[in-house]
Amino acid sequence: MQSPDRHRRTHPLLLLFAIVAVLAGFLHGSPARADRLEELAGKLAAGSFSQRAETAEAIAAFGDTRATPMLEALSAGELYARKDDGRPVLVERAGDGYSLTDPLSGESLGEAGRRDVEKIKVNNRVRGAVSDALTALRLFSPDRNVRMSAAAEAATSPSETMLAALRRAAEAETDPAVRERIGASLAVSSLHSGTPEQRLAAIGELSGSLSNTVRNALRDLAADPDTDAEVRQAAEAAFAGIERKRSLIELGLNLFQGVSLGSVLLLAAIGLAITFGVMGVINMAHGEMIMIGAYATFVVQELFRTFLPPELFGLYLPTALPVAFCAAAALGIAIERGVIRWLYGRPLETLLATWGVSLILQQLVRSIFGAPNKQVANPDWMTGGFEIVGGYVLTYNRLYIILFCFAVFAAVVLVLRYTPFGLHMRAVTQNRSMARTMGINSDRIDALTFGLGSGIAGIGGVALSQIGNVSPNLGQLYIVDSFMVVVFGGVGNLAGTLVGAMTLGIVNKFLEPVAGAVLGKVVVLVLIILFIQRRPRGLFALKGRAAES
Amino acid sequence: MRGTKRWGIAAAAALSVGLGALSAQAADTIKVGVLHSLSGTMAISETTLKDTVLMMVDEVNKNGGLLGKQVEAVVVDPASNWPLFAEKARELLASEDVAVVFGCWTSVSRKSVLPVFEELNGLLFYPVQYEGEESSRNVFYTGAAPNQQAIPAVEYLMSEDGGGVERWVLAGTDYVYPRTTNKILEAFLKSKGVKDEDIMINYTPFGHADWQTIVADIKSFASAGKKTAVVSTINGDANVPFYKELANQGIKAEDIPVVAFSVGEEELAGIDTSNLVGHLAAWNYFQSVDTPENEQFIEQWHAFIKDDSRVTNDPMEATYIGFKMWTQAVLQAGTTDVDAVRQAMYGQVVRSPSGYDIVMNTNHHLSKPVMIGEIQPDGQFETVWQTDGPIKAAAWSPYIPESAKLTADWTYPWVCGNCERPKYAN
Repeated sequence: MQSPDRHRRTHPLLLLFAIVAVLAGFLHGSPARADRLEELAGKLAAGSFSQRAETAEAIAAFGDTRATPMLEALSAGELYARKDDGRPVLVERAGDGYSLTDPLSGESLGEAGRRDVEKIKVNNRVRGAVSDALTALRLFSPDRNVRMSAAAEAATSPSETMLAALRRAAEAETDPAVRERIGASLAVSSLHSGTPEQRLAAIGELSGSLSNTVRNALRDLAADPDTDAEVRQAAEAAFAGIERKRSLIELGLNLFQGVSLGSVLLLAAIGLAITFGVMGVINMAHGEMIMIGAYATFVVQELFRTFLPPELFGLYLPTALPVAFCAAAALGIAIERGVIRWLYGRPLETLLATWGVSLILQQLVRSIFGAPNKQVANPDWMTGGFEIVGGYVLTYNRLYIILFCFAVFAAVVLVLRYTPFGLHMRAVTQNRSMARTMGINSDRIDALTFGLGSGIAGIGGVALSQIGNVSPNLGQLYIVDSFMVVVFGGVGNLAGTLVGAMTLGIVNKFLEPVAGAVLGKVVVLVLIILFIQRRPRGLFALKGRAAES
Repeated sequence: MRGTKRWGIAAAAALSVGLGALSAQAADTIKVGVLHSLSGTMAISETTLKDTVLMMVDEVNKNGGLLGKQVEAVVVDPASNWPLFAEKARELLASEDVAVVFGCWTSVSRKSVLPVFEELNGLLFYPVQYEGEESSRNVFYTGAAPNQQAIPAVEYLMSEDGGGVERWVLAGTDYVYPRTTNKILEAFLKSKGVKDEDIMINYTPFGHADWQTIVADIKSFASAGKKTAVVSTINGDANVPFYKELANQGIKAEDIPVVAFSVGEEELAGIDTSNLVGHLAAWNYFQSVDTPENEQFIEQWHAFIKDDSRVTNDPMEATYIGFKMWTQAVLQAGTTDVDAVRQAMYGQVVRSPSGYDIVMNTNHHLSKPVMIGEIQPDGQFETVWQTDGPIKAAAWSPYIPESAKLTADWTYPWVCGNCERPKYAN
């Protein structure tokens, strides 16, 4: 290994840098420099957004950590300026006006009326510059860990000012680990400048990186006719290596997205696999059961917001599950007892009647909750995502939904296989009259089965509220897909539904980048029609007497 | 007792109105048609506009009506079903005999009713920003044309303040408005020297819910080292999952800003905006505009809808302007006759909530100010750029060669919505 050796060699120099750093720290305190920072701060309120961004960069180049709270306030849109002299101030409501504090020194500046101060406007350009400036300032923080993370962060946006700050930080740095990290972040810059040997070393160091900046720097280097052939070749090889890795990761990501779409389809379709697949009822109101589940989630969320302390808010989602299940199941049983049981064996009438029920439910929800979408917030643990490598993100809500969907699926299979209710249900659906002679109350089982299917659709609604809209039309979005999954997988077969949903999800996601979202859907639909032509009973056809009826 | 007295007056008034109706041949009220979807995918946006028209009708009636008559709103529900829009329009014009119709949101619904209004010589006020390339004698367009929304937004992003964007993703819902707007934008970008490989165009169906692939594609398109922005013409409730996916995949507005033309305060009410700060929208009005006119407008809306948490937005402002202009034109013409009102419309001025004097031009479009705002954590927009004053709408885009030649002007000597030379030139 080379680095400890190099480290030893530079040791006397390091001492010199330490002295310089101490001197610089001393100079920070001197009145002349303090005036400069105040002067720069005074310019923040004036001029265009670009000038404001430049001022922020200049403040960062200054390297004085006193500016940190001021820049943080600026980025959050909480920094104000006095109208008479343009001096930036932090404000706090005090009666009719504001009490002002100086953002640099923290000393009080008295009070002012609401019209005497003006918010310093920021836009993306300013926010971007400020966030870079804050990173640059953190490079000089007294806390070692803060410096360490700032050095890593600096590598993701290596602008000229950032590289200058890194170089200065490298000179001032005393901790060897942080120095090394800074050195790695500086490697990108030595791609563009330096001797061929330095460049080759930098390429070697960067070849494992997946960052966009590195990739683009290597691409530009490989295409630059002025560099010498050896460096160009090395850059080209490193670039090709990065591209290979990226395409592999993209393939994996695509697969994940396919499974994620499949799990959404599965959640929407499990309930239908029971009501349509097992019972044979064409339930057009199935989508509305999903919608009821989503609205139940909304209601639970509002109750949590109103009655419980905010730290418990994240728990609303688990609480919503039983609520949604019960609401949708109760409604399902009511529909079965009220409408469907009179129509067994008459699919066309069932279809029309349940379609009517679906319209009634939609309008009911619209009348109660209003036509606009309702906001169902993602709890903190479902927001954001985690970065697997270099900019590729798996989002938490999708991850949880995949896990949740398999849990629900397993639960349904277990209930059908291993509970007395599941046994009775299978008995009734396979041979109703025989089951009745054995003493099973088939009416009760019908109602409960339909309730189970509806309740599971309700649970699906809880999950779907986390990724899409909660509106009265929610169910309409999923009804066609649900039927498609169940028919494709094979009616009456839960495993078929699972495989069907995953296949459709993955095929869809692999077609989408090639054919586009609109054409992709059309292609999938055509494929399914062709498939059903060949195998009318779907992927997994039921065999035996049950299938004949 | 006071109560009885008031009832007595009301009864007397009702009686006199009734008698008046008996004696007069003409109808005793002026009927105003409202043609907005109250169900289906567009209900999220259009229901509010129906309420806005009702609020304006209410205001006119409180001030003694129009031409001495009460105004009556006839509300129908075309249910986000484009052919049904045409049927309902015919019903309003032919059997309800309305004087004017306020309605439509999507361009496809407007295209669907257009032949009906032209055949029956009706009058439609269309309150939404749209793709332009149209000027009908029977429609007044009170929303923005592309040169009042799309083009300035793109110019802003190209500027130094906007971040100097060089690479563009044009993402839209698959129908006429996004397709035409993107055609204009593509031509505009190319005229500014943007190369083909720096433009990515993507269309999705209405109500698209799974944005994983597209957002990942945008990310990888943006990773080429040039500053990239997304121009979104995504419509309706597909926006909610789109913005959620953006936030979850960690796309920050500083890195890849998204500027939207169909997302306003009302649409943001369904989204948690704390992760979306800095994404942009271009409109002619924001609720956050600080003018006395706007304060009054918001107050009036809250009083009417009886809910202080409801927001206002640009199409509501456009409805407000349209309704005010129509009442002014009716008063000036002294009748609700369509041809007379049309003539009176030209040059009509309304002080808008955005704080400007808005003028109706002879191409049936308005002169309006353009504002670009960034989303704030509270779901409102903060204006980061705006024009010095109102700019005149261009019905036909100069960036599309075949439409650059056309002129829309419904006064003498042109009297035409899409002509290359005046009809009555000698």
